[in-house]
Amino acid sequence: MKTAAIVIGAAAFAATMIAALLDLPPSAIHLPRLVDANLPVSGVTHPVTAVLLNFRGYDTMLEIGVLLLALLIVLAVGTHDGADAAPTADPMLQTFARLAASLMALVAVYLLWAGARQPGGAFQAGAVLAAAAVLLHLAGVLPAWREPGALLRSGLAAGFLVFLFVAMALLSQGTLLQYPHAAAGSLILLIEFALTISLGLILAGLFLFLSGGQGSDS
Amino acid sequence: MTISLAFDLLLAAALLWSAWRALVNQDTFRSVILFIVFGLLLTLAWARLAAPDIALAEAAIGAGLTGALLLDAIGALRGKDRQP
Repeated sequence: MKTAAIVIGAAAFAATMIAALLDLPPSAIHLPRLVDANLPVSGVTHPVTAVLLNFRGYDTMLEIGVLLLALLIVLAVGTHDGADAAPTADPMLQTFARLAASLMALVAVYLLWAGARQPGGAFQAGAVLAAAAVLLHLAGVLPAWREPGALLRSGLAAGFLVFLFVAMALLSQGTLLQYPHAAAGSLILLIEFALTISLGLILAGLFLFLSGGQGSDS
Repeated sequence: MTISLAFDLLLAAALLWSAWRALVNQDTFRSVILFIVFGLLLTLAWARLAAPDIALAEAAIGAGLTGALLLDAIGALRGKDRQP
């Protein structure tokens, strides 16, 4: 009875939302046409990368900031320091994980490089790197992370810092993150490279810091 | 037209069904597996909508990393149950 009422209520709400959405007037600004018109000055030829890293670079910078903040909160809440139950060392699984992880690193670099011209880019490449780290951890090759050392810390922050430094260096022009036309392509590649490293480490860290001592805390 | 339309309808139905099953299932492990299935079906839907960027991100982050985190959480919860 209660479930039925909830389902009917949710369906009515969804129907109202859809009706409201269909009522909206078509938007006055045609964004795809604007992107197409300005694509030659963006430094890349793929429209999605152009929007993410150039036209709306500010959003992407805040995005990596939010991810970094999430990881900092995970670290602040505290990682478990109980003894790890030794994972079953299956040599077949470990060999396969090592093989797959090296291929995944190759795919990540390809995705990063291909992002300028076709679907791909820093976020996808970083996610593939993080997945490789999680795979290695689950296979028992890579131990869970405890306290991040100096190298790991700088890697985690590199993406946001590089983005911030580029933004600061370009601030003298008067506009935030407006790349000079000649250097746009290389600046975007630099930022994407740092973003890939940081995203891979942050996403892997969300898994590897949290899975420290499974069930061993009281 | 007919084959692609039939595929799209099947995909939409499978998406709704897996989402519903993931929500109402009593067994959390099954719910997580259904969530991963839902993520992979959503990847297909994004690919059908000609948005390969989002499909890549969804497959890697939505289905892969989130699914692994949820499975890890279940493992931690069950480990806690065994040795209180």
